[in-house]
Amino acid sequence: MDQKRKDPFKKYDLTLMERLYFPAIMKGMGVTLSHFFKKPVTIQYPEQKPEVSHRWRGRHVLKRDEFGRERCVGCQMCELACPADAITIQAGEVPKERRHLHTTERYAITYEIDMLRCIYCGLCEEACPEAAIFLTPYYEFVEDSRDKLIYTKEKLTEKTGGPIFYKD
Amino acid sequence: MTETIAFLIEKSIVAAGFFVVVLGVVAYATLGERKIAGYFQDRHGPNRAGPWGILQPIADGVKFFAKEDFIPDRADKILFVIAPTFTFMAAGFIMAVIPFGDRLTIFGREVLLQIADINIGILYILAISGLGAYGIVIGGWASNNKYSLMGGIRTSGQLISYEIAMGLAIVALLLDHGTMSLRTIVMQQSGAIWHWSVFTHPIGFMIFLVSAFAEASRMPFDLPEAENELVGGYHTEYSSMKFGLFQFGEYTHMTLASGLIITLYFGGWSIPFVPIPENPGILWGLLTFCAFWAKTLLMMFVFMWVRWTLPRFRYDQLMNLGWKKLIPLGIFNIVLTAGLLLVFQSMGLTN
Repeated sequence: MDQKRKDPFKKYDLTLMERLYFPAIMKGMGVTLSHFFKKPVTIQYPEQKPEVSHRWRGRHVLKRDEFGRERCVGCQMCELACPADAITIQAGEVPKERRHLHTTERYAITYEIDMLRCIYCGLCEEACPEAAIFLTPYYEFVEDSRDKLIYTKEKLTEKTGGPIFYKD
Repeated sequence: MTETIAFLIEKSIVAAGFFVVVLGVVAYATLGERKIAGYFQDRHGPNRAGPWGILQPIADGVKFFAKEDFIPDRADKILFVIAPTFTFMAAGFIMAVIPFGDRLTIFGREVLLQIADINIGILYILAISGLGAYGIVIGGWASNNKYSLMGGIRTSGQLISYEIAMGLAIVALLLDHGTMSLRTIVMQQSGAIWHWSVFTHPIGFMIFLVSAFAEASRMPFDLPEAENELVGGYHTEYSSMKFGLFQFGEYTHMTLASGLIITLYFGGWSIPFVPIPENPGILWGLLTFCAFWAKTLLMMFVFMWVRWTLPRFRYDQLMNLGWKKLIPLGIFNIVLTAGLLLVFQSMGLTN
């Protein structure tokens, strides 16, 4: 066992080179100068956009199926799963004249997501039995009031439908 | 009589011109610092105000003026207002003796590109940079804030300690040059590049460089500000343009300290291997002026480079370095220089 181990409180003795500071300073200056000539890693945000994964959890979308019918059946599983209580659904029976727009007789009359409450955890996506709600890579939704960030069903539902592909 | 008037006009123009140039450089030093800091950290630095962020200093100035100018309730109002001006002025006064260039002939007059070539130039600089501490100490004290006061006290301790080391480095330089006139010192360094004092006085240069960093309270020695311990140090309570003036004063100090290092150790305005002409034209004057600023800007880059490399000293380390290392080294350097000069003179070699 060397001397240092015996007495853990003994200060580490610097060698002469270390006590001169100068070589260490020069080394440090070299490190910083090498970074000076490196290309900045900054992404110039509004002009350049970062590439995000297709699994990025951003703005929600309510899907339609191949026939353009709403996939959501208003089962409120997502509302239940939501840890932030961001989803509010009012479910009801589909009126006769709207039957062709829905897959079953139950549907969501209102479907609201408070984008400020949402923590973008994706649990609604997991809870949905109908593959109706998904989080999309879209992340730029800025408004000037809190009310405008409560997204309604009209805003969330996609305009045209189609089959769902699982890309991963 | 006409000669006196012509002299007055000439000096006024020269002084005003240098003032504008120095202020411009100082304003853009703030941008340069942020840009350079950015590049050192793999970022871009400010680039939104104009191309390459070129309008950033103007935007900063507008911001400073538009901010609320707040004076704390129990602060000493008069001293509080005077302090930033004082810091800025003390830094700016150094400008008066720095030779920004050689001479140039214009309208049949030989104009010296230096505001005043006084024969005690170096003593003047030592005296003025001593004054600089007052602005900071007064500012810290007048704020009626414990952090400000602490910053002020640290400043006084730091500046006094490092002024001694700086003085000792200069003494060795004076032994060699035998004059205190900065212009003559530059003239003696002109010609071959090894005439520069940095090669003939390496130890003195190191001491002077470290002291200059401390005097300008730049990074390894920025204890007066020490954001993480003292909030903002002596300027904690300052806002608006008063704070701006403190910042401005600090950058002025840095710019002129760089200029001083260049003048004393890197041949000032002299261009290596180019002899000084007998009858200088406008071109020669401008060339030397540019040479001075090129060297100074490079020195300022070194100041910034060091700032973004080294962490701050602890206060006791600062005092250790100043009193136990630099001052004995300075005295050793004087003895060494004097001894060498004696040997050279007895051998019949003059500088």
